[in-house]
Amino acid sequence: MPTAVDSPAADLVVAEGNSTGLARAQRGESLTGWAFAAPFAVLFGLFLVVPAVYGLYLSFTGETLTGANSELVGFANFGEALSDPDMWKSLGNTVWFTLLSTVPLVVLSLAFALLVNLGLPGRWLWRLSFFLPYLLASTVVVLFWTWMYNPKLGLINGVLAEFGIAPVAWLQDPNVAMISVVITTLWWTIGFNFLLYLAALQNIPEQQFEAAAIDGAGKWRQLFSIVIPQLAPTTALILTLQVLASLKVFDQIYMLTNGGPAGSTRSIVQYIYEAGFTGYRFGYSSAISYLFFAIIVLISIAQYKLINRRSAS
Amino acid sequence: MSTYTLSRGLQRGKAAYKQGHKPGENPWSVSRMVALLILAFLAATWLVPFAWAILTSLKSEADAAASTVSLSPPDGFSFEAYRKVLSAGDIPLWAWNSLLTSVVITFVTVATSALAGYAFSRINFRGRRGLYAAIIAAIIIPPQLLIVPLFRQMLAFDLVDTYWGIILPQAFAPAMVLILKRFFDQIPVELEDAARVDGANRLRVFWSIVLPLSRPILAAVAIFVFIGAWNNFLWPFIVTTDADLMTLPVGLQTVKSAYGLQYAQNMASAILAALPLVLVFLFFQRQIIKGIATTGFGGQ
Repeated sequence: MPTAVDSPAADLVVAEGNSTGLARAQRGESLTGWAFAAPFAVLFGLFLVVPAVYGLYLSFTGETLTGANSELVGFANFGEALSDPDMWKSLGNTVWFTLLSTVPLVVLSLAFALLVNLGLPGRWLWRLSFFLPYLLASTVVVLFWTWMYNPKLGLINGVLAEFGIAPVAWLQDPNVAMISVVITTLWWTIGFNFLLYLAALQNIPEQQFEAAAIDGAGKWRQLFSIVIPQLAPTTALILTLQVLASLKVFDQIYMLTNGGPAGSTRSIVQYIYEAGFTGYRFGYSSAISYLFFAIIVLISIAQYKLINRRSAS
Repeated sequence: MSTYTLSRGLQRGKAAYKQGHKPGENPWSVSRMVALLILAFLAATWLVPFAWAILTSLKSEADAAASTVSLSPPDGFSFEAYRKVLSAGDIPLWAWNSLLTSVVITFVTVATSALAGYAFSRINFRGRRGLYAAIIAAIIIPPQLLIVPLFRQMLAFDLVDTYWGIILPQAFAPAMVLILKRFFDQIPVELEDAARVDGANRLRVFWSIVLPLSRPILAAVAIFVFIGAWNNFLWPFIVTTDADLMTLPVGLQTVKSAYGLQYAQNMASAILAALPLVLVFLFFQRQIIKGIATTGFGGQ
């Protein structure tokens, strides 16, 4: 039973219209197709589909390190997770981090791209400066910033002292720690959004500006009535990627503050990690993973709907 | 930074400058000067953590722990911290582990993605739509959520603390399959048809016609996969406990506690770990920037 050809590929193997030839050709095509797709499909199946399904199964068991209590426990893990104050706190921290980091990561990256796009000399240097941190591993970023934030010897408090400002406990004060994590994240990842905006800016046709200039629109007017609307698709893309990336935050928080002080920066991924690898409660950890995944799916659907509605109107 | 890239960068800068400077506009107007000052300040701010780390790494441990903002330490500047880190520490070994695993991950990912992308683009096989839908669905699954079941699986396969344990779960990329499929879709099918009529089989056509035409995109995908693998922390951190098998990011994490208050050595380790990728970037600057601009992949 041949399926409809929905690729533009003209199939020259099927030259004659006799049905057995067709079926044979179709079988041959199927074999060839699978031969090409197999190496990927095997890895994809073994290391993504299987763990995803296995994790779902685990979330309904009381599985621990020793394998004790591995019988099915129904929705007990999910019930426990929903009434676990630490889980809610980690989830709250994650949402808070996402809000705090997404706004500057979108607004500032746009501002940087607009500045660099003015055509001032030294373009490659500006581009390099803003993008360089993005290439660093999280561990390197954390080593740099742990040193920057060092209460007694760090550069930041040193500079503040020059201006007669009292030292700040950047990573030790529960009221400041999350802000510090956001600053580090901003420095580390802004280069990616910045490059996306810069590329989008270069695609805006010159004629539009000329037309606007003839109509007497000034620079700021052009910015708000031409540039920002033209960048809407890029902003939508950046927002989507940024929110999902921020929700999955783990590395820099785990290494900068280990979720402290007093759990004020622990992210949901860190909570999942700790439930699984320090508490050895594999079933419970998987249940929280799936709750979090449900949230991510809902957010993805909402974003998709928003973007589609906006582009339709 | 070689003089070659420097001069080319300058030329590009000049070209961009000419492009941005519109006739009838004073290139030295006050507003442009203000913008330039703001840019210089921002770029300097972004480079400060690098500069501060380099400066610290060149001091003696005593000086690094003695004063904050001192540009003229009593002991002067030396590469002592680097020498110590390279001779005593595991950094060369970790760098080797990173290189080995990243290269294998990159090679396998690019090969499997190209083959699968081509199958989706050109071959009408049974079950194709189902597999394609599964790939799309998989893209929104954050790999962080699979750590527990994946670790249990690796225990069962006896792959914890092995190179394959680090490599296999990272050696495929659904998003890259989609990107390559989209690229292959744009290649005119007539180019392949002629060869097919002459009796070349699919693999032959793929190898000698499609792949050569796809070099730029393959290079971009390879660079991004490599950077991602080189910098990945969470999975290698979970699957390795043996210091001899750690990759650079995972090993460095132990340095922080091991060196404790030896700030110069801490920073020297960080700089050494950052160096390879900075060099990769300077080499492949154009592909990386173009890759991000055209596809938006490479998000962390």
